[in-house]
Amino acid sequence: MTFLVGNGGGFSGDRVDAPIPVMRSLVKRGLPAAMFFETLGERTVALAQLERRRDPELGYEPMLERLLAPILADGFRHRIPILGNFGAANPPAAGRLVARLALRLGLPDLRIAVVTGDDVAGSVALDQLPVHEADDSLDMKSARLVAANAYIGAEPLVEALRQGADVVVAGRTSDPALAIAPLAHHFGWCFDDWQKLAVGAACGHLLECGSQITGGVFWDPGCKDIPDPANIGFPIAEVTAEGGLLITKPEDTGGIVDLRTVKEQLLYELHDPSRYITPDVVLDITDCSLEQVGKDRVAVHGLRGHPRPDTLKVTACFEGSWLGEGEVSVAGPNALARARATAEVLLQRMKLRGLPVRARVDLIGVASVLDSDDGALWRGYEGPEPPELRIRLAAEGADRDAVDQAAREVLALLCCGTAGTGGARWRLTPRILTRSYLVLRERVATSVVTRTAGEMVA
Amino acid sequence: MSASDRPSQTMEMAEVALHAVAHARAGDKGNRSNISLIPYDPALYPLLAEQVTEERVLALFRHRGATRCTRYDLPKLAAFNFVIDDVLEGGVNGSLNLDGHGKTQSFRLLSLTVTVPRDALRG
Repeated sequence: MTFLVGNGGGFSGDRVDAPIPVMRSLVKRGLPAAMFFETLGERTVALAQLERRRDPELGYEPMLERLLAPILADGFRHRIPILGNFGAANPPAAGRLVARLALRLGLPDLRIAVVTGDDVAGSVALDQLPVHEADDSLDMKSARLVAANAYIGAEPLVEALRQGADVVVAGRTSDPALAIAPLAHHFGWCFDDWQKLAVGAACGHLLECGSQITGGVFWDPGCKDIPDPANIGFPIAEVTAEGGLLITKPEDTGGIVDLRTVKEQLLYELHDPSRYITPDVVLDITDCSLEQVGKDRVAVHGLRGHPRPDTLKVTACFEGSWLGEGEVSVAGPNALARARATAEVLLQRMKLRGLPVRARVDLIGVASVLDSDDGALWRGYEGPEPPELRIRLAAEGADRDAVDQAAREVLALLCCGTAGTGGARWRLTPRILTRSYLVLRERVATSVVTRTAGEMVA
Repeated sequence: MSASDRPSQTMEMAEVALHAVAHARAGDKGNRSNISLIPYDPALYPLLAEQVTEERVLALFRHRGATRCTRYDLPKLAAFNFVIDDVLEGGVNGSLNLDGHGKTQSFRLLSLTVTVPRDALRG
C-alpha cells in the first residue's frame, strides 16, 4: 500500500496558495496521506522569539492562518494530518490560533497536538556543551542569548499522530522528521530500522524546500524551462511499506519533476553525501540512483541508512550587531563613472565622520552578489557601459546610531551626490548570530498534548 | 547521440562556459557553501571530472576568501558536490553581501570554462 506525503511550504515566506492544489490532489487520489510544512530557518526561531517577547501570543509563523485556512477542512474530513514546525518560538499560541480557525470553519472536533521541549534555553547549560559550529564574529563575553532550540526528531511527532492529531504544531524539529513521522506512524516503522528511516529522511529532504524539487530555483529561461512558473505545483512523495520512494506533483499545476530537479534538490545543502545527519538516521546517498518512470514522476533508488547519532544539534541565537543598508541609482551616459565615484565618496564619508562601522559598497548591475567586501570585481570591471546602476552601501557595527548614520549617508546623496542621483532607500536591521552545540538526546525532554479545537478555545 | 559515442579522433572541441553543458545549485551552512554540478548529458561526467577540479573551483572563489574546496563525486547520479569553506564572507549572519546565503554563487561556478566536444553542445 502506498502512502502519500505532500509538502505545502518550504520556508517562511513561501507562496501561501501553494498548499491548495497539494491538498486537492491528496484528497482526489484517496490514498492514506499526510501533509507537512517546513517554515523554520536557522534564524527564524530567533526572530520569532523576539516577536514573542513583544507579545506573548505571537512568535509563530506569521502566515499560519493564511496557509491552513483553505486546506484545514479537507485535511480533517479526509483524515490527512497536517504537520509543521510553524509553531516556531510559540507552539502553544500557534495551537490556539489553529483551534480558533477550526471553530470558525465549523470543525470543533479537529484535534490539535502541540509539541514542546525543543526550546532548551532554560533547561540546558549551553556553556557545558561541545561547540559544533559558530559564527566567527560572535563574542561570547558580551553575547545576549535570544533563543536556544534543539532539532528534535520524529518520535514526538509520531506520538502526536498516535494521539489522533489532525494538526501537529511543533517548533524546532529536524526538517526530515516532518516526513519521517507520518511514514513511521502509518507503516509502523521502528526507530532502529535504519533502512526505512533513510527512505523517510530522503523523502523529507527532497520535499522540505517545497517547489525546489518541482522547478523552483531551477528554471533558467531558454536553458531549463518549466511550464507555468507562476503556478509551480509543490511536491508529493509516494512511499511504499517496503521503502519505495517516488517524487511527483499535483496534476493541474506548473513546474516539472525530472532527473534534473531531483538531482539538484538531493544535493542541496548536503556536504558529505555518505553522511547526511538527521536526529533519526544518518542518510547515505552515495549509492543513490534516479529513474524517470513517467511524466513528472521520478523514482529514487539505492538509499542507505546508518544508526542515528547519540546527540541532537542545538542552535543558539544571540543578539548581534546592527546592519545598515542604503541604495541609490544612476542611469544613462557616464553612469559607470558616476557610480564608481559615488562608491568611493561613500567609503570616504565613513572615514571622515569616524563612524565605527565595517562597510562595503556594491555596484548593482556590474558586480554585487558575486563580489567580495573589498569590491574586487567592480573595481576591476572593464566591460561595456551599463545602462543603469544601483549603488549599495552596507555597514555593520555594534553601535546602532553609528550604523544608522552610515546608512543615512546614502540618503544624503539625494542632494550631495553626482548628477542625476535618485531613488534612495535605506534601512537598519538587527542581526542575529548563531552558535550550535551537540547535546545528548536524553537531555531534551519533549512533551505532546493533544486536544480538540473546542477544548482548546473553551 | 551522447558525447562518448563518438570516436575521439574525429572530435571537434569547443571551449564553453559550464552553463552550456551543466546545471548547478548552491546552498549554505554557516560560512561554508555547497554547489552541485550536474552535466545535462551524463556522458560528459568523466570529462567534467577531469576539468572541473577542486583547484580550479577554489581559484574561482579566492577573491572572497575561500580556503578549501572538496569535491564529492556521485557517478551513479552523474553529479558532483563541491563544498567550499570560508567563501560566504561570514555566512548569512555576518556577511555584508546582499546574498548572504550565496545562492547566486552557483552561476559563478557555471561561468567556469571547459573544453567539450562540439557535438555535446545542445541546440
